[in-house]
Amino acid sequence: MKYPTQKIALAYFAVAMALFAIQVLGGLLAGYVYVAPNFLSDILPFNIIRMLHTNSLIVWLLLGFFGATYYLIPEEAERDIESPMLAYLQLIILVIGTLGVVVTYVFDLFPGNWLLGKEGREFLEQPLWVKLGIVVAALIFLYNVTMTVLKGRKTAITNILLIGLWGIAIFFLFSLYNPGNLVLDKMYWWYVVHLWVEAVWELVLASILAFLMLKLTGVDREVIEKWVYSIVALALFTGLLGTGHHYYWIGTPGYWQWIGSVFSALEVAPFFAMVVFAFMMVWKGHRDHPNKAALLWSLGCAVLAFFGAGVWGFLHTLAPVNYYTHGTQITAAHGHLAFFGAYVSINLAIITYAMPHLLGREPYNQVLNMASFWVMSAGMAFMTFTLTFAGTIQTHLQRVLGEGYMDVQDQLPVFYWMRFGSGAVVVIGVLMFLYATFVPASAKTPQRASAAPAE
Amino acid sequence: MKTKSAARNIFYGGSLFFLVIFVALTVDSHLYALNVSTDQAGLTEAVVRGKRVWEKNACIDCHTILGEGAYYAPELGNVWIRRGDPDDPEVAREFIRDWMKSQPSGVEGRRQMPQFNLTDQEINDLTEFLRWVSTIKTQNWPPNDAG
Repeated sequence: MKYPTQKIALAYFAVAMALFAIQVLGGLLAGYVYVAPNFLSDILPFNIIRMLHTNSLIVWLLLGFFGATYYLIPEEAERDIESPMLAYLQLIILVIGTLGVVVTYVFDLFPGNWLLGKEGREFLEQPLWVKLGIVVAALIFLYNVTMTVLKGRKTAITNILLIGLWGIAIFFLFSLYNPGNLVLDKMYWWYVVHLWVEAVWELVLASILAFLMLKLTGVDREVIEKWVYSIVALALFTGLLGTGHHYYWIGTPGYWQWIGSVFSALEVAPFFAMVVFAFMMVWKGHRDHPNKAALLWSLGCAVLAFFGAGVWGFLHTLAPVNYYTHGTQITAAHGHLAFFGAYVSINLAIITYAMPHLLGREPYNQVLNMASFWVMSAGMAFMTFTLTFAGTIQTHLQRVLGEGYMDVQDQLPVFYWMRFGSGAVVVIGVLMFLYATFVPASAKTPQRASAAPAE
Repeated sequence: MKTKSAARNIFYGGSLFFLVIFVALTVDSHLYALNVSTDQAGLTEAVVRGKRVWEKNACIDCHTILGEGAYYAPELGNVWIRRGDPDDPEVAREFIRDWMKSQPSGVEGRRQMPQFNLTDQEINDLTEFLRWVSTIKTQNWPPNDAG
């Protein structure tokens, strides 16, 4: 750690990881309710569990992005963060908002209140006061990091990162617009949801991945920056009009079936480019970096994002296919692997890389960390397969043959049991990761084992 | 692609180009929603109030509407059609009212819908909302009444 203010990242990562634990436990609970639907149904209905599961995911991923930003910007800009005080204030606002959200969802103290009640659009269920708090926190954050970059060295990595972060804040403003016309509501709702995860978040992802490649492989900055500009160009060229794949069946014009099919099919391209990029850099790189776990997560991120976002996205994105699969378990399968592969993995990669620096030590608990990658990834992959099978059967029985929704669901428990099992494996992997990250072996090892054979 | 600055300029120029197209198509789709695909005249205050009932109770975190939402409970964009009679709107109206009042079923091993304790006014508004949604022109989605 070269700059003292990079330490801000530690607080962000710690809160993010606490929410990560809550998120996967919420997911496990929801998975259990799928197979034992009477469980807790009186006190914590499925919709509340799901809100906690999805919202905690979104918040911790964002906290991870913020932490990653505070960690990497000083090194890139070659100066300390403008105001550490503001950075901690931002975190406090976000933590208060998060606690407020949990209380609001679980206890529903002010139902229907315009300011204090939950708003109840998918993923944007936060009460208005929390949304406004998020906007304030975002403004503080953007001021802080933008000033740091403007006064320091400007690199492609910080440039793309800042564009991504500004985009996140700008598109979030659409969450404040909720017209009475459901079609318009849905159109602009996607301005937040799609333009986040399939556009500006990809900029943040590519930027963090580029930073990691720069540090881990030692490849020339010029090469990495050319790559990353090409990747984010592909991401936005395809991702912006790729929004069309959400505009097929919600009361929007028929031309979206063509635009959405063509451009979202091409959304595979930036993810494929990321795989090529990551492996090329490692292959070309001459640095034997001691943090093997960070490298594993970085490469794993590229590969799993390619499969989850790319391949599983393409699977149901063409309009004639989506006509039958829209809103089935196929969507759930894609959602899980895409979020895990792309955004969970990049966060765990940067955390794995940064933590030893933040604690001022050599990389620690590497084997356990790498084992957690394989356990989590295997669990997630198996969950994706089971949901894909469930979704395929559902699509055929319900959408092709026209059997009733619940009649079809009653034929799927075997898949939901397997999904619950794979969810439990993911939770074990997460606990392994948290232990490996936050419980470093007590004795500081003075130096790396010198006997490690070269590979 | 020869240099980093060339890559950067392609990124800026291309992204701006696609963003402009996207915004233009959004404007067109916005007008299409207002003029073609939705019943603007029928978008009464009751429908809008019903949408707030839908949101206040986070219905979308179990159900889907036009295919979007959670996948734990049936699609409701066409529930008016699935549970109704084209010749007699009272059939669907009555079904939804009875349904809301009779939850949860408490049946063992069956997914449970909570009792939301809606007032008669709220049930009427919610019903109006679901009726209005069923009139949206959705490029003939879903493929059948099962939703």
